[in-house]
Amino acid sequence: MAHAAAVHSAHDTHGHPPTSTGLDNKKIAIWAFIGSECMLFASLISTYLIYKGRSVVGPYPHDACLPPACSTPLKAILNIPVTSASTFVLLMSSLAMVLALAAVETKDQPKHTTGERILGSSKLWLWMTALLGVTFLGFQAFEFTSFVHEGLTIRTNLFGSSFFTLTGFHGAHVTAGVLWLLTLLAIDYRRGLGPKDALNVDLAALYWHFVDVVWIAIFTLVYLIK
Amino acid sequence: MAHDPSHDEHTTHVDHAAMGMVKEHPTWSTYWKVAVILTLITVVEVWIYYVPSIRDSRAFVPMLLTMSAVKFATVVLFYMHLRYDHRLFRVLFTGPLIIASFTIVGLLFLFGHLRIGAGAT
Repeated sequence: MAHAAAVHSAHDTHGHPPTSTGLDNKKIAIWAFIGSECMLFASLISTYLIYKGRSVVGPYPHDACLPPACSTPLKAILNIPVTSASTFVLLMSSLAMVLALAAVETKDQPKHTTGERILGSSKLWLWMTALLGVTFLGFQAFEFTSFVHEGLTIRTNLFGSSFFTLTGFHGAHVTAGVLWLLTLLAIDYRRGLGPKDALNVDLAALYWHFVDVVWIAIFTLVYLIK
Repeated sequence: MAHDPSHDEHTTHVDHAAMGMVKEHPTWSTYWKVAVILTLITVVEVWIYYVPSIRDSRAFVPMLLTMSAVKFATVVLFYMHLRYDHRLFRVLFTGPLIIASFTIVGLLFLFGHLRIGAGAT
């Protein structure tokens, strides 16, 4: 509350923060951060693609592994149906996130119908986003566990090293996003999020959507393209 | 920034200028339509993966990359509001994104995964 008040009081009479651009520094910072994250994930995706098809031993992502590369015959390890489901979950979490932001921005508008009350519930959409994020992490935990049971670890081959590093970094970002959402939920329960908090929710939303677009790229480049 | 234009007068507490908004954000119905489009594209992506005649064709990879790029751009433009926000944010995002894209393509050429005139190996 005190922080929000401090931020608000720092604005001039037109609501502009005292910056040379007229834009809030936090929003500029999150976009700069997202830009740097683009390059981080580009390096991880490049590494995966460069090592693709160069593993000496199996398991392999899209092809069966037969002796002598594997001691026992192994099928292709990537589980496309499960990953498709987790991709859908993450896409829907982005929808829930924009609805959460919209609900915060329009919190002081009167809600006449049940539909308006549902759409205007920031708690509902923040919970939905966080739960979908946790569901995505559950899919990832299931995938990682099944891979380990099938003999693929981060040390097994080049595919395992680059795959676990790339998707593990993404999963860590999703985890950070879920924690961020939970802090927003805590604030919402404590004092309620309103239009004055829209910027702070917008920052979390931008981060969350970025995590989503990174997965869009990973799903195509890692899972679908042989 | 009204999600429902009829309620514009109630949204004066949102600091639009600081958030960098230069146009109104989409409505709730637009967000739902975008979600449906994203889902449909994902369904098509997965469907063509399971059609051997498409998966084995030379068009498979370009089709997937195109659909992925459309999904990427849709989320960035509509959900991240880049279409509606200040130009500085577009520069801050697209600049590194272009560098990142060239880095990936450059490294794939460097390590022999892409060859001019020969396509992907």
